[in-house]
This record gives sequence, structure tokens and C-alpha cells, in this order.
Amino acid sequence: MSFLNVEGITLRFGGLTAVDGVNFHVEQGEIVSLIGPNGAGKTTVFNMLTGVYRLDAGQIEFMGRRIDGRTPQEIVTLGIARTFQNLRLFPKMRVIENVLVGAHIHTNYSFFQSLFRTPAFRREESEKELRAVEILESIGLGHRVNDYAEGLPYGEQRKVEIARAMATDAKLLLLDEPAAGMNPAESEELLRFILRLKEAGYTVLLIEHDMRVVMNISDRIYVLDHGKRIAEGRPEEIVNDARVIRAYLGGEREANAED
Amino acid sequence: MQTFLGAVINGLALGMAYALIAVGYSMVFGVLRLINFSHGAVYAFGAYMVFFFVSLKLGLLASILLSVVISGLLAMLVDKVALEPLRKKKSIPIATLITTIGVSFIIQNVLSIEYVFGSERRAFPSTNLFANLSIGNITIQSSQIIMLIVAVLLLGVLTFLVQGTKVGLAMRAIEQNRKAAHLAGINVDLVISFTFFIGGACAAIAGALIGGYYGVINPGMGSTIGLKAFAAAVVGGIGVLHGAVVGGLVVGVVECVAAQYLGSNVRDPMAFVILILILILKPNGLFGKKGITKV
Amino acid sequence: MKKKLGTIRENGFLYVFEHFIDAHRAALIALLALLAIAFPYTPVADRSTQRIVTMILLYAMLGMGLNVLTGYAGMVSLGHAGFYGIGAYCCALLTTRLNFSFWPALLLAGCLAALVGFLLGLPSLRLSGTYLSIVTLGFCEIVQMVLKQWDSVTNGNYGIRNIPKPELFGHQFNLQNGGFYQIILALSVLTALGCLAIKRSKYGRAFQAIRDDELAAGMMGVRTARYKILAFVISAFITGVAGGFYSVINNGYIEPNNFVFNVSVLIISVVVVGGLGTIRGMFFGAALLQLFPQVFPQVFRFLNEWRFVIYGVLLVAAMRFRPQGALGWQSTLPYPLSRRTREELAHRSVLPGGEKGATP
Repeated sequence: MSFLNVEGITLRFGGLTAVDGVNFHVEQGEIVSLIGPNGAGKTTVFNMLTGVYRLDAGQIEFMGRRIDGRTPQEIVTLGIARTFQNLRLFPKMRVIENVLVGAHIHTNYSFFQSLFRTPAFRREESEKELRAVEILESIGLGHRVNDYAEGLPYGEQRKVEIARAMATDAKLLLLDEPAAGMNPAESEELLRFILRLKEAGYTVLLIEHDMRVVMNISDRIYVLDHGKRIAEGRPEEIVNDARVIRAYLGGEREANAED
Repeated sequence: MQTFLGAVINGLALGMAYALIAVGYSMVFGVLRLINFSHGAVYAFGAYMVFFFVSLKLGLLASILLSVVISGLLAMLVDKVALEPLRKKKSIPIATLITTIGVSFIIQNVLSIEYVFGSERRAFPSTNLFANLSIGNITIQSSQIIMLIVAVLLLGVLTFLVQGTKVGLAMRAIEQNRKAAHLAGINVDLVISFTFFIGGACAAIAGALIGGYYGVINPGMGSTIGLKAFAAAVVGGIGVLHGAVVGGLVVGVVECVAAQYLGSNVRDPMAFVILILILILKPNGLFGKKGITKV
Repeated sequence: MKKKLGTIRENGFLYVFEHFIDAHRAALIALLALLAIAFPYTPVADRSTQRIVTMILLYAMLGMGLNVLTGYAGMVSLGHAGFYGIGAYCCALLTTRLNFSFWPALLLAGCLAALVGFLLGLPSLRLSGTYLSIVTLGFCEIVQMVLKQWDSVTNGNYGIRNIPKPELFGHQFNLQNGGFYQIILALSVLTALGCLAIKRSKYGRAFQAIRDDELAAGMMGVRTARYKILAFVISAFITGVAGGFYSVINNGYIEPNNFVFNVSVLIISVVVVGGLGTIRGMFFGAALLQLFPQVFPQVFRFLNEWRFVIYGVLLVAAMRFRPQGALGWQSTLPYPLSRRTREELAHRSVLPGGEKGATP
């Protein structure tokens, strides 16, 4: 049984079938990429995996448990966390606070413990702070702990999103175009960071347009077009796949059903 | 039964006047997603302008016309001076909300100043222009009939304006997507100003109608009625014209009937009881459109 | 040596000011505490000054209550006068009809308001933004109606008279002996401490996350529905307690008209003019808005009639030129990590943002 197993998931918006019977699986410790032209339904797949949208058909299993139909809160507690294509940080909060929100589900003190700042509260709060600082340092944001999220450059905001997702103690990270808006040096650094994530035991499902990133780090790649899976394989197989080339270069383009 | 019918007729007439105020809230909300709390004060201002011109012996109709224009301009001015700068700065919604409350303080209290109009009630020229209508034991005052007819006509004109003219089209376009409307060449600022003008003009007419019906006006007259008309706009589905009419009628009738049977204390809050019930059952009001959340 | 603060500006008045305060925090707090405790015994504390200062602290408390909802969780309530009224009536009825002592009555006033806050929070699950504000506005009007209509309990439009003054071990608290001031000082300080504690916990962070991006908060596992209702409950509790206090200071008399829409507006003005989301701003906003109508007509006698016009102009100007509120700046101080964390980090010699920060 796979770590993440997705079978025949389908989602319709009115007359438009945004995701049409897509199957894929991710094994523990893999880095798997979802690629495809704009409007192919990649972000919609993420939204289905994380409980934003209810499936019209199909099922999703994560670590042997059905997760379709569950709330986003339940899914993140089970160990799937994500980042967003259009950056959804908490802009008025500090970087470390953003990461601490990620740790929310594992922060167990009660309301009254926090009101009276009991020793148990202090201990746990301090643990979470340390962990947040560690995560931020690991992703190269050690110098940004105190800053407000809205004040950060774009590339660093993307990293904060990843840090926030890591703080949920997720086992599977869904990264939605993490390299968007980064310069080549930054995306190179991000690439190395994602590989480090893999070494640290994370499983990563990635949506990315930067082919250099995709081809260099993916174990396997799925290609979506018009809501359908049109190819699957290892990077070297994908670059030569005729259907993929057609999807990217030829054929008509449809209205953007994503973002 | 007769008292019930009487209350319903009272409510219908009053409801149409509420609808006239409600459209002002509704149109501005439609275009800007903003509760314009200064609207109730503009309504009071409109009534006072009629009072002022009548006292200059200008005749009722001419006074109302003048007041309509001036109140429309005032509403426009409020937007230009107080609200537009906030829009351009992309202020938080709550700042705009407080601003409209501040503006309503200003208008209402300028009216109350002793050598402007003073805070006491003033007698307003009655709009009982012809004989009352009697059906059985029920008497319908001519001011009520006028209120009903004028409001129906005006709302008809407004509906045409929004649905059948270019300005209306522009308003609806801005409602959907202000940026896209701007890119399509619509002069957004002008249309917004126009929306405020229409809202202010309608409020002035409502001020004249309701003032003429009760025979008295006071500077604070707009605060309660403004909130009620706003509730009516939301009940009907804010941003939708016929919603404002239905909302106004529902609020008018329910409050008159409730006041008849439960006492005058329940009159004013009735609008809000309906409001909360409707919002819980149908979050977008009776005729409101549902928005789609995107991720 | 000062730490690097990244995008936070390290120069300018604010930075210097905040770091000065931070460096002398203990001394400043001691000074403020001394002043606050000594105030009723000073010669300036005549009846009218006492009354004004008491009202300022009361509105600071009301501001802090609304601030939990609006400043932290981002939900705008136009109906807090409703909770205020519920608290006041609950306290007044318990003390006059059921002979409760003031203190438990005050607590129960907060609890009743919190219960109603829970109920009012329920629509927040379906409605957001402006629509929610509208419901709260309607709530306030309905509270008015109930207070006026429910004669047998609330005595309708006549209100409740002869509300006894608070007593503790035989000592009566009143305006003359500075007792009212002492109670509201204690209440507002406790509220401030409570709000700070909430803000610097997962609860406050969840509120702010919901305010900044509700969907993202949900995706991080925050049960947004619960937290929105919790924000209502906390906010209503504080406001209800403030209402309970108000019932005893208003010459032992309250009536429904003490809790009208305009009071909601005043509370929200305190929050926004002072500085949304801050505690300091609530005290400042309350002081400004309470002092203005008191002081203004004395200074500008000839403008007395214009004072509410000018009040309106002030609100408009404040929103235009300082929408974040007078004291609503973003702190330039580092995030207040707990001491345990700071010690641990120093131990590892990896200061967050320090020169030795591990940047790959």
C-alpha cells in the first residue's frame, strides 16, 4: 500500500470538469512532481487533497486511512501540510508567529494555562519557539525571526510558508510552486533545501513550473492536462514524452481554471 | 381585522419610503462593499433642505426638487472628500466604516446647531395634499398614498436606470469587478460619484415623504430610520434593487403590525429581528447573489 | 550590541523610543503603578477628575474587550453596547432583586454576557465581514428591545434604581473615597494582563491568523469556527464585566438608553482611534475620546455647540491620516521569546537574527 494513494478523483465546477478521474500515488520518502500547463488542475488536486474541495468521485488514502471528505483541520493533523501558489501568509504577524501557527495543532496547553502563564504553558511555549527557530534556521531564515511576514521579499515569504508547513509536523508536504518569483540562485538553494527535506524523512509532492527544479529533484513526475493525467514517469522519461511536449507546446489552451 | 388591515396599509406606505432610503445603502454597498452610515444623516439633511426652501416660500414641489439636487451633491461630496481618499489608499474596511460614522456625526450635528436649524423638532409641511381615502372603517391618508405612488414611480425609474442604461451597466460592471471595469474604460470614479448622487437624491425624496407624513422633523431623525432602512436593504439582499423594495416593504409591514399588537417599544427593533432571522437562514438576503470563494 | 532586525527599521524615533521603554521597563512600570495608586489621594483628584478618569479606564476596558474580537480576530462588532447592557442589567438585577453581593454579581454579569456572546458568535460561522457586523448591530437593537419590553424583570423604560454601591469587608467603594477608581483600575489592569497573555499564546495567534487569512489558518489546523466563537465569548465577557461595573457608578441608576448604538460606536472609536490590536491604544483612545467632550467646551466655550461636529471631523481625519490608530504602530522590538528559549539559544550560541545566525 502506498503512502498516499489517489484513485479516480474528480471535481466539477458547474459544466467544467477541473479534475477528471486522476490516479496517482506517492511512496514514503519520495519527491513527486505534478506538472502541466496553466489550468491543468494541479492546484485543484492540492485543494482536494487538503480538504478545501469535496470530491465528486474517487478516493484518497493517506497512510492507510481514507482522507477524502475530511476537514482541512483533520487532514493537517493526520500529517499533510501545504503551501499556496499565491502566498497565504499571515502578513501582520511576525515570521516566528507564522511558524508557531503551524505548530498550533501540537500545542496542547489549555486556555486557562495560557491565561495564567503556568509553568506547563511556559515549558511548552518555549519548546515550540525553539523548534520554530530551528526550522527557520534550517531554511535559511534565521535572521528573519523577528520580522513581519509582509515585510519580507517574495522568495523569503515562500520559504516562510514552507517553514510553517513543516511546523505542523507533517509527513507529506505539498508545495505549490515554491520556486515562483525566485531568482536562479534562490531556486538553486531551494532545490537543495527540498533535497534536504527528503533526507530528513519528509515526503514531498510538488507543483512547479521551473523545469530545472523539477527535473533535478523529482523521483517521479505526473503530468496533468485539462484535468486528466496524461503521463507518468521518471524525469528522463517525461522530457521525451510526446504527449507532454504536445500539451506544453501545441494544442489549444483553455481558460485558466486554477488560481 | 380592521386594525390589522390599517397596520398593513401603514406598513406598505412606510415600507416604500424605507425602500427609497434602502436603495441608497444598497447601491453604494453594491459598488463599494461598504455600509455608508452617513446615509441616514443625508436623509435628515434632505428633509431639512425641503423645510428650509419651503420657509423661503418656494413652494413644496420646487423645494423638494432643490433639496433632491443638493442632497445628491452632499452625498457625492461625502464620497469625494472622506471616502475616496481612503479607497485610493486601500485602507482597511473598518477605517472607512468609522469615517462614514464620523460624517454622519458631522451632518447631524451641524443641523442641530442653534443658528442652523437647532436641535428641536420643527413642523414640516404636510403632504396631505388631497382628501383622505376611506374604505369602510379604514382611513388612508393622502400623504400615505403619495408616499406609495412616488416611491413606486421612483423605484421604477431606478430599475430602468440600473438595468437599461449605460450608467447602470457600468455600475453593475464595477460591482462585479472594479479593476476590470476600469480596464474596460469605465470611469469608475465618475460612476461611484453618480451612485452616491442617486442615493442622496432618493434619501432626500424619502425625507420629504416621511417628513410630510409625520408633519415633524428633527436632526436625529435619520439615525434610527437609517439603520432600519439599512436592515431592509440587507433583508432583501443588499446590492439588489428589487431586494431593497421587498426588504423595505417587509420591514414596514412587520413593524407596523408588531407595534399595533405588541406595543410601540418593539417597533424599531423589529427590522433587526427580521434581519437576523433572514441572515441566518439566507446569508445573502432574500434576493442576494452568492459569492464564490477562491483559493 | 544590537541585533539585526532585517526589514524592521533600526533608526527613527519609534525604534529609539521603544528600545528606551524596553530598557527601563521595570522602572517605568513601577512609576506608573505608583502614580496610579496614589492618584485618588492627590489634590487633583476632585469629584469631576475622579469621574473622568474612572470613565477613561472603563472605556479602556470596553476597548480591550472589543479589541479581542476586532483587533485580534478581525471581526467588527457594531453591537458591543448590547453586551455592555446585558452585563449592567445582570449585575444590577442580581444586587437589587436577589441581594447578591457586588463581586459575584460582577462575575456572573461577565458570564451571562459571555453566554450571549457564544450565541452571537454562532452566526459568525456562516457570515463574515460586513454581514457579521450587521448582525451585531441588529443584536444591539434587540437587546434594547428586550430591556424596554420585559417590564417584569427590567422595569422597562424606567430602568433600575437604587443599585447598591460595592462593599468589601464593610468598606464601601464610592466616587468620593476613590473606590470606583480603584475598582476600575484593578479591572482594567487585570484585563490588560489577560489580553496580553492571550495574545502571546496559541489562542491569540490563532485569532490573528484568522484575521489575516482565515482559509490559511484553517489549513494549518486552526479550528476556525471554535476560535471565532471563543473570540466572541472572551470579548463579551470583558464587556459584560465592564457593564456590571458601570451599573454601580451611574448614581445607582441604569436605563435602556445607556446602551444604545451610539455607545457601540464610541467603543469601536476607542479601539480604532487608539490603535487596533494594541493594549496601549485602548487606554489612549479612551482618554482622547472621553477627555474631548469634557475638556473641549471648557477651553473653547464659544464652540460648545460645535463639539460633536468637531468630534466627527476628528474621527474622519484620524481615519484619513492615521488609519492604524494613534498608537497602532508595529513594534520594532524583537519578538518576545520566552526566557527559557533565549537562554537555550544563547547556550547554543545561535541567536535568532544574531551575527552568528546559521544562514546557509
